Amino acid sequence: MPFIPHTEDDTRAMLAAIGVAAIDDLFDEIPRGLRADALAGMPPALSEMEIARLMHERAARDGTWLNFIGAGAYEHHIPAAVWQIATRGEFYSAYTPYQAEASQGTLQVLYEYQSMMASLTALDVSNASLYDGASALAEAVLMAVRAHKSSRRVLVPRTVHPSWRKVARTIVRNQGIELLEIPFDPGTGATALEALGRFRGSEPAAVVIPQPNFFGVLEPVDELADWAHANGALAIAAVNPTALALLKPPGEWGPQGADIAVGDGQPLGVPLAGGGPYLGFMTCRKDLVRQMPGRIVGATRDRDGRRGYVLTLQAREQHIRRAKATSNICTNQGLMTTAATLYLALLGPAGLAEVARACHANTLALAARLTRIRGVARAFSGAIFHEVVLRLPVPVAPVLRALREHRILGGCDLEQDYPELGHALLVCATETRTGDDIARYGAELERVIGLPPRSAAEPGG
Amino acid sequence: MLIFERSRPGRRGAVRVPVRPGNVAEIPRSQLRARPPGLPEVSELDAVRHYTGLSQRNFSIDTHFYPLGSCTMKYNPRACNALAMLPQFLARHPGAPADTGQGFLACLFELQEMLKSVTGMAQVSLAPMAGAQGEFAGVAMIRAYHDSRGDAARDEILVPDAAHGTNPASAVMCGYRVREIPTDADGNVDVAALGSAVGPRTAGLMLTNPSTLGVFERHIVGIGNIVHGAGGLLYYDGANLNAILGRVKPGDMGFDVIHINLHKTFSTPHGGGGPGAGPVGVTAALAPFLPLPVIGQAGAGFRLLDERDAPLTIGRLGAHLGNAGVLLRAYVYMRMLGAAGMRRVADYSTLNANYLMAELRRAGFQIAFPGRRATHEFVVTLKLLRDKTGVTAMDVAKRLLDKGCHAPTAYFPQLVPESLLIEPTETESKETLDAFVAAMKEILEEARRDPQLVKGAPHATPLGRLDEARAARDLDLTWRPG
Repeated sequence: MPFIPHTEDDTRAMLAAIGVAAIDDLFDEIPRGLRADALAGMPPALSEMEIARLMHERAARDGTWLNFIGAGAYEHHIPAAVWQIATRGEFYSAYTPYQAEASQGTLQVLYEYQSMMASLTALDVSNASLYDGASALAEAVLMAVRAHKSSRRVLVPRTVHPSWRKVARTIVRNQGIELLEIPFDPGTGATALEALGRFRGSEPAAVVIPQPNFFGVLEPVDELADWAHANGALAIAAVNPTALALLKPPGEWGPQGADIAVGDGQPLGVPLAGGGPYLGFMTCRKDLVRQMPGRIVGATRDRDGRRGYVLTLQAREQHIRRAKATSNICTNQGLMTTAATLYLALLGPAGLAEVARACHANTLALAARLTRIRGVARAFSGAIFHEVVLRLPVPVAPVLRALREHRILGGCDLEQDYPELGHALLVCATETRTGDDIARYGAELERVIGLPPRSAAEPGG
Repeated sequence: MLIFERSRPGRRGAVRVPVRPGNVAEIPRSQLRARPPGLPEVSELDAVRHYTGLSQRNFSIDTHFYPLGSCTMKYNPRACNALAMLPQFLARHPGAPADTGQGFLACLFELQEMLKSVTGMAQVSLAPMAGAQGEFAGVAMIRAYHDSRGDAARDEILVPDAAHGTNPASAVMCGYRVREIPTDADGNVDVAALGSAVGPRTAGLMLTNPSTLGVFERHIVGIGNIVHGAGGLLYYDGANLNAILGRVKPGDMGFDVIHINLHKTFSTPHGGGGPGAGPVGVTAALAPFLPLPVIGQAGAGFRLLDERDAPLTIGRLGAHLGNAGVLLRAYVYMRMLGAAGMRRVADYSTLNANYLMAELRRAGFQIAFPGRRATHEFVVTLKLLRDKTGVTAMDVAKRLLDKGCHAPTAYFPQLVPESLLIEPTETESKETLDAFVAAMKEILEEARRDPQLVKGAPHATPLGRLDEARAARDLDLTWRPG
């Protein structure tokens, strides 16, 4: 029996010790009418060899692709040591560190993770992870509303990832919280500061500030954070962790700094893996820590005065406070947190900055190459980090389909979420894309669009 | 020692990334970071040795018996990990269209189908990323269902007082008031109290069956009739599905909406606190409200259903399609067990729990519900021991660490004084269970002979008992250069 060690003798001896004749007798408290027959639709068992063959076949069928999609999940190089260590059984098969003395490994990793994320965002404290960036944003909205006490309105720029906005809406809707959208400047692609005036009387509890935004464009974070504070609202930063190696961290935005920062930790050593598991991170100002959702690890001392780590401030959590908890979250993304910690330790400040610079430079090179194609132009004038929106002369979907015939994933089609942008395509080139990759994409896109190349005398995009 | 204390200015790991010239050309100076973040500067060997060393300061299933009640700490087969980490699956971008991932989507579609089969529900969504998110989705669907019928007066969710804390917390996140239902002396929901609690304000009842008290809710059919009779819906918390897998289907018990913890019943790793996955299943009446995406069929292939397919959906719970890597691990596990293996999970987890309960009773421990069968777990109460010796459930839990066992869940369920909730799972051998009984017996003798020895535990772990009160009082949540 796979994974069940009982011999027939064991089973017999155990049944005798219990005082029943058969395993069936152990289920005698279950009403007879409820007992299930055979499981229709459940296939017969496969051996490890058979399932391995099936999975290898399916993986091979999906194959590999030259990827230029970002849009919230980024293909980065992951040092081999990250997952070799993260999948050590001692990390992989442990659970939430309720028994601190038997979980110092996990607890210290989490304390180090919290320290790294607090430093990366220049805020005081971090929790030990949430599910992903989108759900972390939703939790930040709830947290801000709790902290603000009188307002249930939060401003969310239209430049926040469309899926993140959907998730936030799903999660906060039933608590009567209103999310108001701030439009963006069609020229720069950044949130329109002049549009903020109309929200002045709305007394928002918080303003969400993405950096970089979904278009890859850098937002006027100082002005937005300042506006939030001047209007009695908290500033919630929604940031890309790789970008923070180069960009001003949320804690230093405007005169006061953002109050809460969230984001998706996937770029920190977590594979794309079809969409998850990733991790959501959240950091905040010290005085907001009691409103924070999720696990938090603190340093303390043992009986003999030695430094050690425990789960702390548990009075915020569902297993203590039940209906009055700050969130219902219990299991978080622990193993992903371990991977992110390993990744940051292996890269260090210099390595992370190198990755960020390479992503930025590669995306600029990609934009330069693709805008040499006739009719292709950058959609916005705003400075970007590692993604850029291009306007194509033809509808995007057929272009992407044609590129797939050449095993290229050409980017994220924005036509459905931002119809006002026309034929808009969001592309990304991380540090993993080489000059040859970019040249190949350029050549194929040129062929697919099928217009003659722009002559040297014509202005570029 | 912390990784930061190993840091030396200028030291680097092995990763080098070529950067094209041009650098940060486009980023305005005002947007640039003034000081680099305070990340450690260590070599690759420093990092590998540091984190390998930390891993050795953990108890885990792979190293220790881990009978943590309510968490189903069964062996996590290595094949599940290896096959979920095939390079093509890891490299798959969530934004890549369905036509580039038919092998991947086939696994997820079949997982939905298998979960429907073992739960008896009409439709399943794999979107929730943990049990608590499944609960949120489930209660949100209950609300959407009532709203869709114009039945807006229902503002209460009923929750037994024995329930996991996530149940009331999830109900509140969905905008409901929570009303607790008491438990009777046998560990069942107090049916009379339930009868007088239900009414036109009842949106639903959240129930774990077998319950958190380690017993099967025998009156489940009657409970369902009471709730449905009042117009409410029945929510199944699948935390304890392991106990009845293949033997009883939640759908047959009358549940309208359920969540399943793949990291419990379907053996995906707990990872030091996650990631989990909490798929939800529903009856046909609730299917339109399922969270997205759902994997649907498209001709001979598969695609992700979206808002155009499901306009009544409660929405999305995460940016992409959920914890896909966890889902693949559960898929491999279920295929390796097959139909017969499902039922064996319930059989042998129940056998192990009842054997352990019988042996602990024989060793002098008091069982909280001695007249009942154990399910896949059971509760021991140490109230008498505490009254006689001063040794508490916490002390016994800590002393077990010295004996090489992870502790059971202590002080949950809260209804039972000085409780230990013990769940051995089906993957443990008789020898392991016997060793646990021997350790518990020794502790009992130690408690009588030398209670201070037990109260001072643990003694054999890298650190002694940690001061949790101090951690909460003098908050130290991040390392700062001294």
